[in-house]
Amino acid sequence: MSTQQLIESLTADQLKKTLPAMHVGDTVNVHFRIVEGDKERTQVFQGVVLAKKGRGINQMMTVRKIVDEVGTERQFPVYSPMISKFEIIRRGDSRRAKLYYLRDRTGKSRRLRDRRRALGKVGVTKAGGKSAPSA
Amino acid sequence: MALMLMGKKLGMTRVYTDAGVNVPVTVIAVGPCVVTQVRTTEKDGYAAVQIAYGDMKPRNSTIPMIGHDAKAGSAPKRFHREFRVRPEEAASFSAGQELDVNALKDQMYVDVIGTSKGKGFQGVMKRYHFKGFFASHGTERKHRAPGSIGGLCSNRGFGGGLKKGKRMAGHMGDQRVTTRCLDVVRIDPEKGLLLVKGSVPGANNGMVQVRPSTRLYKSKTRKVAAAAEKKG
Repeated sequence: MSTQQLIESLTADQLKKTLPAMHVGDTVNVHFRIVEGDKERTQVFQGVVLAKKGRGINQMMTVRKIVDEVGTERQFPVYSPMISKFEIIRRGDSRRAKLYYLRDRTGKSRRLRDRRRALGKVGVTKAGGKSAPSA
Repeated sequence: MALMLMGKKLGMTRVYTDAGVNVPVTVIAVGPCVVTQVRTTEKDGYAAVQIAYGDMKPRNSTIPMIGHDAKAGSAPKRFHREFRVRPEEAASFSAGQELDVNALKDQMYVDVIGTSKGKGFQGVMKRYHFKGFFASHGTERKHRAPGSIGGLCSNRGFGGGLKKGKRMAGHMGDQRVTTRCLDVVRIDPEKGLLLVKGSVPGANNGMVQVRPSTRLYKSKTRKVAAAAEKKG
């Protein structure tokens, strides 16, 4: 076992097995648990996945949404136990691994095409095809 | 009881606690270490235990060292270190004895000693966090300079040299560094792994020494006391 595999094996049981296959460009709902004192509530952050970074337990995703015409981004550790639920609302068609150009876009051009329309053309995997995100 | 083990820094990862808190951890493969010699007050003038760690081809070792390790019934080892024990404790160690990560299983906090990464010859801004000078406003050729190093007679008001220990540019890193009071997050006896919270000195695959914390921070002393009380 290589060192890298050994380190990954330590965190293997913390990886969520049932995450839907998430790609850059998808619109997602992230249900994030917020603990305030002994109270706990869940906040839903809906937005477009701009980027995925890191691998294994270290994977982070950047989600961008527009609040009151102000762009808001939040980075989530994908495998954090604080994420109680994770849904994919819409699959977007992206040809980039990082969609930072969306930050400069306004109005309609901010939207991404639906993945479905581009299927076959770009050779992306079908929606819901895989059970875990590619690490 | 005094104790020290050697191991290899494998790398860093993260662990989430049950409460969902992210804990950055360093993975250290601790031991197995062989006790190669027990030094006693009668024979050596002080009590200590010498341990060895890391396999080595005999041809890369030296004849005296091979003989020394063989006396303890061990194959040639790469690293040999000593730790001092109280004279009465020395009897609990014997040459040839193997020490592994289980020896640390009651510890809440450990110190990790390593050799920091070498940075080469560095200026004072990187080495000692000097502030440097303005980027503009008329500054010329002195943006990262240390500034005045003081007069020649500044040590005690006389003398003919600079104050000793004046911080200047020079070699940085590649030094023995101790990180104190790191939380033990997990111990995996099967794989011989120790997970400590935070970073430890040196590059991955570097040799590190691990010992129970010798000087606890105040807050951690309280935690240890609380844990001991709970245990009864």
